[in-house]
Amino acid sequence: MEMEAGSTSASGGGTQAHSYSPLRSKAFYKFTQQNLPACKPNLTPARVIVIFLLAGVVFIPVGLICLRASESVVEILDRYDIECVPESYRNNKVAYIKDSSISKNCKRLIKIQKHMKAPIYVYYELDNYYQNHRRYIKSRSDKQLLHGLEYKDTSSCRPEEYNNGLSIVPCGLVAWSLFNDSYTFVREAVELRINRRNIAWKSDREHKFGRNVYPFNFQNGSLIGGGNLDPDVPLSEQEDLIVWMRTAALPKFRKLYGVIEEDLQADEIIEVHLVNNYNTYSFGGKKKLVLTTKNWLGGKNDFLGIAYMATGGFCIFMSILFALIHVKNPRPHGDPTYSYGNRKSTTS
Amino acid sequence: MSRKTRFWTGGERRDAGRKVKIHRGDGTFEFTEWKNLRVGDIVKVEKDNFFPADLVMLASGYDDGLCYVETMNLDGETNLKLKQALDATSGLQADSGFQNFKAIIKCEDPNASLYTFVGTMEYEEQQYPLSPQQLLLRDSKLRNTDYIYGVVVFTGHDTKVMQNATNPPSKRSKIERKMDKLIYLLLLLLVLISFIGSVIFGIITSDDIQDGKMKRWYLKPDDSSIYYDPKKAAVAAILHFLTAMMLYSYFIPISLYVSIEIVKVLQTIFINQDIQMYHEESDKPAHARTSNLNEELGQVDTILSDKTGTLTCNSMEFIKCSIAGTAYGHGFTEVERAMARRKGSPLMENEQSEENYEHPKLAVKGFNFDDERIMNGNWVNEPHSDVVQLFFRLLAVCHTAIPEVDEETGKISYEAESPDEAAFVIAARELGFEFYQRTQTNICIRELDPVSGMHVEKSYKLLSVLEFNSTRKRMSVILQDEEGKLLLLSKGADSVMFERLAQDGREFEDKTKEQMHEYADAGLRTLVLAYRQLDEEEYKSFNEKFMAAKNSVSADRDEKIEEAADSIERDLILLGATAVEDKLQNGVPECIDKLAQAGIKIWVLTGDKMETAINIGYACSLLRQGMKQIIITLDRPEIIRLEKGGNKDAFAKASRDSVIYQINEGKKLLSSSSTESFALIIDGKSLAYALEDDVKNLFLQLAVGCASVICCRSSPKQKALVTRLVKAGTGKVTLGIGDGANDVGMLQEADIGVGISGAEGMQAVMASDVAIAQFRFLERLLLVHGHWCYQRISSMICYFFYKNITFGLTLFLYEAYASFSGQPAYNDWYLSLYNVFFTSLPVIALGVFDQDVSARLCLKFPMLYQEGVQNVLFSWLRILGWMFNGVCNGVMIFFFCTTALQHQAFRKGGEVVDFAVLGATMYTCVVWVVNCQMALSVSYFTLIQHIFIWGGIALWYLFLLAYGAITPTLSTSAFMVFVEGLAPAPSYWITALFVVVATLIPFFTYSVIRMRFFPMYHNMIQWLRFDGHADDPEYCQVVRQRSVRPTTVGVSARIDAKLHSQPAASRRESS
Repeated sequence: MEMEAGSTSASGGGTQAHSYSPLRSKAFYKFTQQNLPACKPNLTPARVIVIFLLAGVVFIPVGLICLRASESVVEILDRYDIECVPESYRNNKVAYIKDSSISKNCKRLIKIQKHMKAPIYVYYELDNYYQNHRRYIKSRSDKQLLHGLEYKDTSSCRPEEYNNGLSIVPCGLVAWSLFNDSYTFVREAVELRINRRNIAWKSDREHKFGRNVYPFNFQNGSLIGGGNLDPDVPLSEQEDLIVWMRTAALPKFRKLYGVIEEDLQADEIIEVHLVNNYNTYSFGGKKKLVLTTKNWLGGKNDFLGIAYMATGGFCIFMSILFALIHVKNPRPHGDPTYSYGNRKSTTS
Repeated sequence: MSRKTRFWTGGERRDAGRKVKIHRGDGTFEFTEWKNLRVGDIVKVEKDNFFPADLVMLASGYDDGLCYVETMNLDGETNLKLKQALDATSGLQADSGFQNFKAIIKCEDPNASLYTFVGTMEYEEQQYPLSPQQLLLRDSKLRNTDYIYGVVVFTGHDTKVMQNATNPPSKRSKIERKMDKLIYLLLLLLVLISFIGSVIFGIITSDDIQDGKMKRWYLKPDDSSIYYDPKKAAVAAILHFLTAMMLYSYFIPISLYVSIEIVKVLQTIFINQDIQMYHEESDKPAHARTSNLNEELGQVDTILSDKTGTLTCNSMEFIKCSIAGTAYGHGFTEVERAMARRKGSPLMENEQSEENYEHPKLAVKGFNFDDERIMNGNWVNEPHSDVVQLFFRLLAVCHTAIPEVDEETGKISYEAESPDEAAFVIAARELGFEFYQRTQTNICIRELDPVSGMHVEKSYKLLSVLEFNSTRKRMSVILQDEEGKLLLLSKGADSVMFERLAQDGREFEDKTKEQMHEYADAGLRTLVLAYRQLDEEEYKSFNEKFMAAKNSVSADRDEKIEEAADSIERDLILLGATAVEDKLQNGVPECIDKLAQAGIKIWVLTGDKMETAINIGYACSLLRQGMKQIIITLDRPEIIRLEKGGNKDAFAKASRDSVIYQINEGKKLLSSSSTESFALIIDGKSLAYALEDDVKNLFLQLAVGCASVICCRSSPKQKALVTRLVKAGTGKVTLGIGDGANDVGMLQEADIGVGISGAEGMQAVMASDVAIAQFRFLERLLLVHGHWCYQRISSMICYFFYKNITFGLTLFLYEAYASFSGQPAYNDWYLSLYNVFFTSLPVIALGVFDQDVSARLCLKFPMLYQEGVQNVLFSWLRILGWMFNGVCNGVMIFFFCTTALQHQAFRKGGEVVDFAVLGATMYTCVVWVVNCQMALSVSYFTLIQHIFIWGGIALWYLFLLAYGAITPTLSTSAFMVFVEGLAPAPSYWITALFVVVATLIPFFTYSVIRMRFFPMYHNMIQWLRFDGHADDPEYCQVVRQRSVRPTTVGVSARIDAKLHSQPAASRRESS
């Protein structure tokens, strides 16, 4: 960076400045004359090489660290939405799921591939589910969630605002479509303790869902959406609801179900008893159960690591390329003599 | 018609208070308001008043019906013009004379031509032809004449000056007009993507219920509002289209218009504040009167300049003379000074020291002569002292000026018909030949008697005056001195004078010619002085002939007078030559040189005579020796004969044909030679034909091919028409510069009108877009401010599109993942504040403060200006490039963010990324990317830029903190998102770092490669400055030569031409 203080114009006949306004401070004068001290960054080859090199040197290690972190995570995915439908209903899954007389219980076996260190997070993953649909995302009333029945203006909740002429708490499509599959994990005939508390964001529990708001007139309509809620538990403790109502950004998303606070050993078989209640069949969404450990960065995702390394690699490559060009052909950037060949040598 | 009326009401209001004396029918005159004048009224106008309408003069306070008028508002000239009433009416010198006055005037229809008038007056049963000599034009002023009587022939809008007025146009810069097109393009794009979105939305929505079965049951499609109703998917899609238009409106930078206005106003403040465009003597800073056209100043292709008052100071100075073959006077003209400065020759120091000691003496206006050999009476010691004496005596008596003695100081000033004549009389006075009295028959001067060394008063009897006119190009007086000797003293243009010299009068001819050639090349106005002694006989016979001719009333009277004069003005004896400088304003030659180097074409449009215009052409280095002049004129014998013949149609046709012929000849000449440079000089009469619809393109082609163009004798209307022709014909930006009321049309018609806020009135300044005090400030105004503003505005607009496209595209892509339901990826407040807080200030700073090249280097490398003329910084390629960059950045930000923050846990509690977190992260990346992009593209980092750019980013975090802290019912999805969600999560920071760097790398690589391998001109200058070579003259020269095409006008070109011709000349000499 180079500092160039104000330069005086070479134009003929410029009047002297100081006689004009002796009172004004020098800085202000420089400001009005557009002559403030400034640095004028210039992309010289040396700087370019250094910048690229620096970026490369920083990015590749960061990428390696990220990649390592991601690899250290053990993640088990189990898609169950098809297997849990009895063979006879495979062709009409929607009928199966809508038929409340059929038992929805289902048993899955999961083999642990690698040692999993507690805490182990249990997620359900839905696909092709548009929680970010405008109609859906708007259909809630944050004020009602906080204040309950006192808050009357719930027009935003439509079409899940009233049922039988009474307000619904919590109102809106989001709450109405609450996910209601449930999972129990059994290891060697012993049920694994799964912690289902503190799975929602703290701020949600404390500030967005009322402590004295209880579900009312919920899922009482002709059309039952998703899960029901215990009318005796205040909303701030209905953590499944809170998690569900924190809408996902993209159509494929995971939501936290609970945390297993025991290590799982490699080659252990875990029995999962699940109740397959939730209808994803009508829109062809997948349902997956996810067991995963975590690291400091979060869950398993190789993208950051690879992307960092690729970018770093590109930077190093550019740096070397420019260094080579510069060494082979040290034209002082934009030197016009270059384009004239050896003009100087002929004149001298 | 109503529009016109409205337009002129302003003028009428201005005139409302002005009154004039009007004849009431019984020989008395009363005051009435101007607006009450009707055609046919007889008015009396008194000294120093403006004429209220176009009048035909009947009589004046002088017996011979003469009057003097000042036509400054019409043609910019300040010298007085002589008008003369018809002899038949000039006797009506009293109010009472009009009691029974009756006459019929027939004249042409109202038109815009100031220099023609055709009509007849039938008075006392006799027809008299009327000519422009009798016409007094509105807006000119009666001077030196007590009163005149006149008949109103045109009033109001019919007057010639009003016919010359043009409606003030509203001006918008080319860049803004192009920007409009861009906005249309973006609007189209907006409609297109909204349409695509709507179609997809419609399809998805109609899919939600199929055969009575709901697909996405969680949306309750069976109980839907109209916006999402699958049964009326088409309606939903149309409504969605409207939603989408709103949502994607970020593609269209509405705030751009506001920002541009702010930026332009600030830019104008900087222009107004520039101390180097501040004229101390008149206490006038530059004043940009409109902020619309700042960037247009950086794109000027052609400058159309007025002459008087703009290029010149409108003062004539006697500067040199050649007497008896010896050159006297060693003052330097502006051109010589400029050339010396350019060459850096020792002349400059000489001149400077000289100037220092010269300055106190320079008190006499019109006189800048300095030569101790003849000053202060020293001429008596010169070898040809008798010639010197006669020379100055001639200057003192051969003129038509009137002395005015200031009664208090005894000082004498002169009222002359032309400023050069005044300069002669003043010169004679300063050198000891003081003309102090003129009577009907005598001219009295005080002169130094070489024998006694005393000042003696001498009176010469004035026998005849052979007046100056444009065909004769000379004037003579015949007088008798106190000893009874008869002398004919004559001065005139070299073209007519040399051929009239006697065989024995050519003693000094060669030397004089040589010196005159030098003077002419320096832009000086030269006249040849010669005399002749007459004997009684000869004079008598001449006088008879002359008086007879004068008294004749036949049509060929003028010819007879001319013939008589011609017979006596021969066998003259050469005395010498004078050189008068039409003083250029300070720094004009250098300024023109710089502008020429910057590739700007300069046309001079003047109301002056052709000779004067050509002189100034030389003085400004627009013309030089060795340049081929193509002169188009109707001053040709055959045309004049036709004009005299009175057959109007034949005359018009012949004139037209002649003009076309001359233009075609010029074009042939032009195409025959590629090495020579040409200058086109055209006079007003020819211009009238050249501007006709079917000829004007031909004319333009010729004019564009010439290095310089000078239009002389052009009326205000013609000036405006020429400007329009250039503007429309070339499609380039034109700049009109002028100072007088006669330039108003030109200033209004040009893309940019620059008014000189000099001494003459305010009309030009009022009609201008920028007012400067001196022509030379134009250099800084265009090359520095113009370039900066152009560069700033174009970068700013490009950047604005870029940042909005980047932002808009992330929204659009998110839509694609939200089944085009119209859900924005970001919180509403993020959306609204994007253009207001987080990204606006840096752009404004870019628009106001950025400097690609410092002012000093802008002036040093004038070719940089071509970037604006060729519009490289706002070409479609560059704009689309920036848009493409925006698209790339938007795509990269979206996909990098969504992939990096997919569905895995992203913080220690195992919570996953939700709608709020993804929005905030993506938004963070957008704010960082567009601000860092700004930092990459800014080439001038002051503290202000730092504050705005980094402040914009910091503001985003502050906002997120503040907004997240208020109650969740207001902050909705942003509640605690930063404190609880983003800040503690390493993956947020790592993702942001990656996205920002990775997104900027392509642009960075691009600019590095461009800088290294394909630098633009300003890049090269940046290199130069960086390497510290900017002060190495040799190095700069090389850079300059790389892209400077050789200029054909200007001081530099002149020096080059001289350098080229010198070796040739020396070769010739040696052979």
